[in-house]
Amino acid sequence: MSSAELTAAARRPFTGRRVQWGDLILQVVAGGAALAVTVLVALIIWKVIEGARLSIQTYGLGFVARVAWNPVLGHELYGAGSFIFGTAITSLFALLLAAPISMGIALYLTELAPTVIRGPVTALVETLAAIPSVVLGLWGILVLGPALGTTIQPWLHSALGFIPLFGPPTSSGASIFTAIIILTIMILPIVSSISRELFLGVPTELKEAGYGLGVTRWEVVRGVMFPYASGGIAAALILGLGRAIGEAIAVTQVIGGGVFIHWNLFSGGDTLASKIAASYQGSTTKLQTASLIYLGLILLVFSLVVNLVAQWIVRRSARKLGIVRGGHA
Amino acid sequence: MSTTIEPTVRVETRRQPMPPRERLEQIFDIQDLDAIYSGKPAVKGVTMEVYKNLVTAIIGPSGCGKSTYIRCLNRMNDLITGFTQTGTIRYHGQDICGSDVDAVAVRRNIGMVFQRPNPFPKSIHDNVAWGMKVLGIRDDINARVERALTQAALWDEVKDRLKASALSLSGGQQQRLCIARAIAVEPDVVLMDEPASALDPIATQAIEELMHNLKSEYTFVIVTHNMQQAARVADMTAFFSISHGGEGQRWGELVEYDATEKIFTAPSDKRTEDYVTGRFG
Amino acid sequence: MSAQEVQRSVLRVEGLARRKAVNRTMELLAWVSALIAVAILGIVVYSVARRGLPALNLDLLTKDPIPFSLTNQPQGLRNAFVGTLVIVSLATLMALPFGILVAIYLNEFAPASIRNVVTMVLDILNGVPAIVIGIFVFGLFVVGHGQSGWAGSFALACLMLPLVARSTMEVLALVPNSLREASLGLGVARWRTTLSIVLPQTIGGILTGTVLAVARVAGETAPLLFVSSFVGTKTSWNPLHALQSIPVAIFELSESPDPADHARAWAAAFVLLMFILFASLGARWLATRSRRKIMGR
Repeated sequence: MSSAELTAAARRPFTGRRVQWGDLILQVVAGGAALAVTVLVALIIWKVIEGARLSIQTYGLGFVARVAWNPVLGHELYGAGSFIFGTAITSLFALLLAAPISMGIALYLTELAPTVIRGPVTALVETLAAIPSVVLGLWGILVLGPALGTTIQPWLHSALGFIPLFGPPTSSGASIFTAIIILTIMILPIVSSISRELFLGVPTELKEAGYGLGVTRWEVVRGVMFPYASGGIAAALILGLGRAIGEAIAVTQVIGGGVFIHWNLFSGGDTLASKIAASYQGSTTKLQTASLIYLGLILLVFSLVVNLVAQWIVRRSARKLGIVRGGHA
Repeated sequence: MSTTIEPTVRVETRRQPMPPRERLEQIFDIQDLDAIYSGKPAVKGVTMEVYKNLVTAIIGPSGCGKSTYIRCLNRMNDLITGFTQTGTIRYHGQDICGSDVDAVAVRRNIGMVFQRPNPFPKSIHDNVAWGMKVLGIRDDINARVERALTQAALWDEVKDRLKASALSLSGGQQQRLCIARAIAVEPDVVLMDEPASALDPIATQAIEELMHNLKSEYTFVIVTHNMQQAARVADMTAFFSISHGGEGQRWGELVEYDATEKIFTAPSDKRTEDYVTGRFG
Repeated sequence: MSAQEVQRSVLRVEGLARRKAVNRTMELLAWVSALIAVAILGIVVYSVARRGLPALNLDLLTKDPIPFSLTNQPQGLRNAFVGTLVIVSLATLMALPFGILVAIYLNEFAPASIRNVVTMVLDILNGVPAIVIGIFVFGLFVVGHGQSGWAGSFALACLMLPLVARSTMEVLALVPNSLREASLGLGVARWRTTLSIVLPQTIGGILTGTVLAVARVAGETAPLLFVSSFVGTKTSWNPLHALQSIPVAIFELSESPDPADHARAWAAAFVLLMFILFASLGARWLATRSRRKIMGR
């Protein structure tokens, strides 16, 4: 080309964008994947509702409160009441036990432990989370349950039996109490690792401000670190609760089964999740299957609520701490 | 060597003349202090006295260990792993560096205000009240909070919003809140590590006035990189400088410690003279 | 005067003794808590090892189970090991590309509003209990068609997806923007930049995330109970039928009253536990190493 033509070509405006097909394809494919995930979640909710439809139509919302589970043909009657109670009592007690221990672990690992053992001990605590629930349940049935059933449970019953919580125990140890212990073990690593991150995030200058006033370490923890991390700790506890609510396998292995509402921790019972796992394979009628799925639907609703509450707490506390970072000088 | 020099620093000061040295009461007696972070010395061989009810300034170029030094005075460096120190620091005649001396008790008596304002994420009232409550001062909390905030020249600005979050205050106000927090527990000494370095001139002036007004109740030791500030507020000034050693080691040393007047008009050491006349640093 | 008395005369110490006692108690409790956690881990691993190792033999991997065996013929859990291998491999093949694509979209292309929504959806998916996933896949694939290994893989893939996506997003965010800008500045298209420049930097992190996700689902029982549990005893590699899996086998054996079954359950649990522990710890070690490499340390 002559120099005049070259100059003319250079001066031509960039008319018409060259379509980058690669960009388009990647965006569409990747975006499609993201869309598919959203569709998947919607699909999950829909399928669960659909599976439970027969039972929803038969029992309506009364199912939720009814304490009954009678699969006998001709007298079939199902209700979620006793399992909701079981889920509530196991999860809440497990959270009650796990919370202080997790806080203690987190504090130890961030403030007290000698630097060299912090890494290894942190890894060990997180490894606790890696134990599959079926293995923990196996250990629960064959080791923990009998151990509790022959030692702690009878002792607590004889010492504090006047409290309805500590009624007559079973020797196998298969009980709500054992399930609570197993769930506590499962919640511990979750709550403690999140709390550990939160405590590490407390700015040094804040802690120094506390120490500078002449207060002890515990007073700094209680007065400065806990309030600073409180939002995140609440979210961690809620996430732990969610884990406990949803655990089916280990709980069904150790909880012993039962369909009644009572306060004796040492007898058997069932949670929403454990009932589904226990009765599913033996389910004989369509109504029973649908009712089991109805239990699953209630469980799903609980999980979603817990999950969304946790997300909301995290967002709210992030916003509150944002003031710290954006403070004008 | 006492020729008067032409200082770069000509400042208006409301500083009253100091009482003669014999009538000054010693609060700190530091002997041959070395402060070492993981084997690397930050300051070496510091020997000086700090006197009661005076404002003592620590000046010097950045990196000469001023902050490290002041943090030794209330055992704040204990919080840093790998820190060791040698030498003695006598507070009212008693060595506070020993391992049998409780750092918590030391800090109760020797408070600290930090370079960047660090109020707790609590309300303004609670920021001031928390320390008192924890330390066991339970009577007249509200009155004490008001007194501390008044002494810190912050009361008028916050008296209507004591419940508001401390984080909603401006930087200068937050720093004054931190000062109120420190003096609310009525320490003996208040250490200030470059308290005005993150603030604008108006806020800085407020803090300097504060020191001036509170001198009669507290003893102040202030680290500052601002020579004019030292000249304005300090009665005694200590000049630190950087020394070099083998293998590229650097550490801070106390070069000269004297009445502020003398440091800025007739310093004894050439290094001091170079610094205050702006020849370096 | 003793050092204490001297100290007391110079430093005010009102009430300090009590406060220090409280402090010491709390520090002790924290230490005890950490001890409890480590002890529990030790006890569980020891229990499984103590009961699993003696029962561990080659038969476990080479022989199929014999139902209702009254003799002591050698039997094993070969069908479960093979089944887990097949199901988990297929699940990984499903979840990995999906998870990476979602992460790429969210980190490289999505506007903030979409990113927030999809991230929330991923968190929701992560929070759905495994047993509900089992019910879902049951309704989706098993009703009318019967159980299959594919359905099991799909269920596990649903569990793996949020984990892979999240860990990939984390590594993608670690890649410095200057790298992308350098490439785009040279005129390289975005898709090429992402695939050839950004993604290779994240391989380590993706690998780690995948290993962790595999470790997580290798031990998942609940979904498989619904979609791949009505199995015979013969070993099969064909995912079109229901396949036995290690966790389901352990679960069923644990409910049996026969101690010989318990022994096999412990042995399988030991193998599973060791695999998961090594995978988790190994992945974490890899993660620390690759993070250091990206940060250029």
